[in-house]
Amino acid sequence: MTDLHSSEMAGSGRMPPVLRYTPLLVIALIVLVPMVVTVLGGFKTLGELRVNPFGLPSDWEWKNYWDILAGARYWQLMGNSLIIATLTVVLTLIVSSMAAYVFVQVRFVGSGYLLNYILLGLMFPAATAILPLFIKIRDLGMLDTYWGVVLPQVAFGLATSILLFRNYFKQLPGELFEAALIDGCGYFRFFWHITLPLSKPILATVAVIVFVASWNAYLLPLVVFNRDTLYTWPLGIMAYQGEYSTDWNLVLSFIALTILPAVIIFFSAQKHIVAGLTSGSVKG
Amino acid sequence: MSDTTTPAGTTSAASPRSWSAPRRRSARDSGNTAVAWLFLPPALLLFTIFVVVPMGEAVWYSVFKWNGYGVPTQFVGTLNFELLFEDPVFRLSLFNNVLVILATLLIQLPLALGLAVLLVDRVPLTTTFRLIFFLPYILAEVAAGLIWRFVYDGDYGLFAKLWEMFGAVGPHVLAEPDMAIYAVLAVSVWKYFGFYMILYIAGLQQIDRSLYEAARIDGASRWQVFSRITMPLLGSTVRLTIFFAILSSIQKFDLIMALTGGGPNDSTQTMVSFLYSYGLTRMDIGFGSAVGVVLFAMCVAFAFGYKRTVMRHD
Repeated sequence: MTDLHSSEMAGSGRMPPVLRYTPLLVIALIVLVPMVVTVLGGFKTLGELRVNPFGLPSDWEWKNYWDILAGARYWQLMGNSLIIATLTVVLTLIVSSMAAYVFVQVRFVGSGYLLNYILLGLMFPAATAILPLFIKIRDLGMLDTYWGVVLPQVAFGLATSILLFRNYFKQLPGELFEAALIDGCGYFRFFWHITLPLSKPILATVAVIVFVASWNAYLLPLVVFNRDTLYTWPLGIMAYQGEYSTDWNLVLSFIALTILPAVIIFFSAQKHIVAGLTSGSVKG
Repeated sequence: MSDTTTPAGTTSAASPRSWSAPRRRSARDSGNTAVAWLFLPPALLLFTIFVVVPMGEAVWYSVFKWNGYGVPTQFVGTLNFELLFEDPVFRLSLFNNVLVILATLLIQLPLALGLAVLLVDRVPLTTTFRLIFFLPYILAEVAAGLIWRFVYDGDYGLFAKLWEMFGAVGPHVLAEPDMAIYAVLAVSVWKYFGFYMILYIAGLQQIDRSLYEAARIDGASRWQVFSRITMPLLGSTVRLTIFFAILSSIQKFDLIMALTGGGPNDSTQTMVSFLYSYGLTRMDIGFGSAVGVVLFAMCVAFAFGYKRTVMRHD
């Protein structure tokens, strides 16, 4: 029996294995080698790194990693990033699910205009307004505060998340609302007791998109934070590289440790994350 | 555009609605209004204060010479824009952005599509390869940039070692003004091709298999199948990915800062890194805002133009 399915698909079905796997392997190497070398490099002494950047370390130098993990700096960076990302996620979920609910369930004059107004945000790259934003945050007294990063992040993420929520709410069955109203359930209770519990998948998707964007953000924290005790990890890692620029083994171990949480979370929740990240880019 | 209630005269015919709520409107007017008054303002306020107003202010500031303190008083008209377009560094930044777009369109997306075609079938190790290729996407640009800064390092890096194997002295790739931007482009491709590959795989999976079966019975070659069936049916995905790829190419920043900081000799500046280096760090708010306005105009013009023409039927 031949397996019909594998030979009838998107045009590469009957391809000889050599043709298929050679490019895949080459590219997989190009992807993996820099990352593996980074992790391994963190276990080497500087001298060994110089003569042997590719191979396994001859002596596993746990001290590089250990010193970072034992120090306060790494945890402070992770903590700051976590607090900011969490605040951004929570606030975005609340604000945008509420707004999307109104756009779907309540009809009022001008609702279409208001929606279009917010959807304009899909086209605004945050970088274009970064200078006035800096002035605004300064005038509001929010430089060197978490909120100075959180609130603009929420604002710039609203268009995408409201759109995702709206598309999801729209496909919830209308009869539910009908029935709930007859039973005397108001708009607020319907939102809290029926809409939100039914919307766990989209809440998760939006949370993933917003969290990852905040966790990796560089420009906004760079502009808002002056005090290094508030630095998020992308700022911290850049500062660390600046301080230890020639001690590549230390820098590599620091990089490895900072990307570790993302990699662990990615592999443990890969399905959700891939779905979340790809749906975030299918905006139209 | 008004952000409060619109005058009663404006009908909403402009926005198509297929929602189920309208029919029940009259019965529930009070709860209706209350929920709108409570649930909408937070989003509208945040969006207005932190997105729309700063964008408007960028336009305002861009016609002043201003160091960011007090109020802008020194009106200079279009001087900032004139200076900007005469500035060789800005021109180079613009050119570098074009290079990023070209690398994306000519290398990154075709590579992603090719790999998607190879990996859409259920062949052994499919999932493993997909995961590996997606991995760089989950790294922050800053982390990816620093990793590659090591790879390119002339003393310790992998490139130096590779050259050494052939008995040559490796170049300090990121320190060569002629070379650095291409090194940056390679990292950009490295980081993002896997993401687009996943989008293409999702698109390919939606194509009806029976089409391929029919094509095979008709004796179509592999190339014919790809060009006559796969590409046309994948069209809307391709058009959408081109849209996002170009918009994000215009905004390239984090990767530049981590790899080169815009150097050597400003040879790897992009528009956003130029905005940062010459507007923000020097507190030249008027000039920097002018960069922002140009950037914004380009994004909007591209987005509208592209949606009106290329994505007209999507």
